[in-house]
Amino acid sequence: MPEMNIGDFLVYLYDLLGWLLGVIGLHSSAVSLLQKLVAGFVLANFAMLTPIFTIWLERKVAARFQDRLGPNRVGPFGLFQSFADIVKLVIKEDITPVGADKVIFNIGPVLAVMSVVGIWAVIPFASTMVGTDINVGILYSVAVGAIGTLAIMMGGWASNNKYALLGAFRTVSQLVSYEVPMIVALLVPTLLAGSMRMNDIVAEQQVWFIVAAPLAMMVFLVSSIAEVGRAPFDLLEAESEIVAGFHVEYTGMKFGVWMLAEFVHAFTISALAAVVFLGGWRGPLVDQYPLLGAIYFLTKTYVVYMVLLWIRVTLPRVRIDHMNALNWKFLVPLSLAVLVVTALVGKAVPADVSAGGRALVLFLSNVALAVVSISLLAGFSRKLQAVEQVSIDSSGAGG
Amino acid sequence: MNATPIIFLVVAALTLVAAFLVVTVRNLIHAALWLVATLFGVAVIFVLLDAGFMATVQLVLYIGAIAILIVFAVMLTRRVMQDVGPQRNSNWWLGAIVAAVFFVAISSLLWRTGWPALPGGDVGDTVLALGRSLVNPDQYVIPFEVASVLLIIALIGSIAVALPGKQSE
Repeated sequence: MPEMNIGDFLVYLYDLLGWLLGVIGLHSSAVSLLQKLVAGFVLANFAMLTPIFTIWLERKVAARFQDRLGPNRVGPFGLFQSFADIVKLVIKEDITPVGADKVIFNIGPVLAVMSVVGIWAVIPFASTMVGTDINVGILYSVAVGAIGTLAIMMGGWASNNKYALLGAFRTVSQLVSYEVPMIVALLVPTLLAGSMRMNDIVAEQQVWFIVAAPLAMMVFLVSSIAEVGRAPFDLLEAESEIVAGFHVEYTGMKFGVWMLAEFVHAFTISALAAVVFLGGWRGPLVDQYPLLGAIYFLTKTYVVYMVLLWIRVTLPRVRIDHMNALNWKFLVPLSLAVLVVTALVGKAVPADVSAGGRALVLFLSNVALAVVSISLLAGFSRKLQAVEQVSIDSSGAGG
Repeated sequence: MNATPIIFLVVAALTLVAAFLVVTVRNLIHAALWLVATLFGVAVIFVLLDAGFMATVQLVLYIGAIAILIVFAVMLTRRVMQDVGPQRNSNWWLGAIVAAVFFVAISSLLWRTGWPALPGGDVGDTVLALGRSLVNPDQYVIPFEVASVLLIIALIGSIAVALPGKQSE
């Protein structure tokens, strides 16, 4: 008798659904279409219901960082606060501003959520649990995410509000430019795994890619935080500068949908980082029980999410010129350097070296690269300070 | 029954309608957004052709970068909310001639091309085959390198144009 495998439970359910549909006399192509629709429905709802928990988590953790209690009235530990918020958002008045482009105004938030939820189609929860394992998985995640930029522009423009339009303009300079280092950083794990298929990338990580490519992971995390547009890169909605940015005219649940998109996006990039750099579903005993992989994957995702929270509540907002300078003068050159070094070192290491040895060599090359870039930055900073000192001295002499 | 021809017909029809709307709607932003819809339709057709890589590149480059730059440029250049400009200027007949010539050229080219039947069944890893063919001296390495050099020239040229001159300091 074959060993009962709890990891195949969902696969079994999937097959059962197919068998049931076959029994009631549907054509096989219709059956597989319905199976895929149901699977997609479940997956999308998993992604969209997660924020009910992560919003609570975020508020609680942020409160702890700021020496407050956070939500503690609704339910145990304030766990049901998100439900109260949802009810509040739903019963609020839904206002469409005068002169707004109604259709685009309404499509905007939906497109934003769609672009984020679409990424979950290629994220492997376990070796057997993946929506669709296409051979361009990594590139697909970037491509679908790019639609989110368009959604924000549509929302900002259609609102017929100057602040909203300014928010949309900032979006272009931020999201489009931070896409460059993000894509280059994702090329490094692609190079190491020799595939863009998500499951192949996870399978190649006998040693997690965070060891072989720590700099690439750093670049990826920084540029993804900018892509989500949360602190310290929340210039899209800087309250003190442009009111609330692109969603200033949105009310009620439409505003809620924008928030949903942001929270799902933050969770999604945590999941991407966990899959690409932290070994995804890999962990002890995962060969016998594939379902354990999903638990490992979600644990790693939440660890990355906590790091994002930590960054969010600790750092102040960057200025807009610093934001652009950080991207074009630091992240882009660094990511290109990491890519070239990884390619050269990866080829230089003989093929018979074990995965651990290869990762160690790559790690040392990353450390060397980090030392070089930090010393370059220090020199640049000293030069900048000298120039500022001169200008202070000269203005003091003039006055 | 195979569903692919039906999906193709629906997607192709939607793409054509969107492309038609790009040149007929009066609002420039709407035209740009219909262009996005057209490009998306082309991406779906790439998927139907088993060219997943081309489809995602179509999304990243054309929707993620080029379409957004077009929308951005339109937003910056005119007050699109109030101002609906004329759709034709005095050079419309020149444009019509160029479009007609281009249409004849393309359709005659399509007419004369022999369409080889695709090998049926599993075609293997198309991304791997594409990558190999781009660096294979017997296949496409020279066009690939020429395109790269062209892009580098464009990049350096745009930096040279954007660089502040000496006199402006």
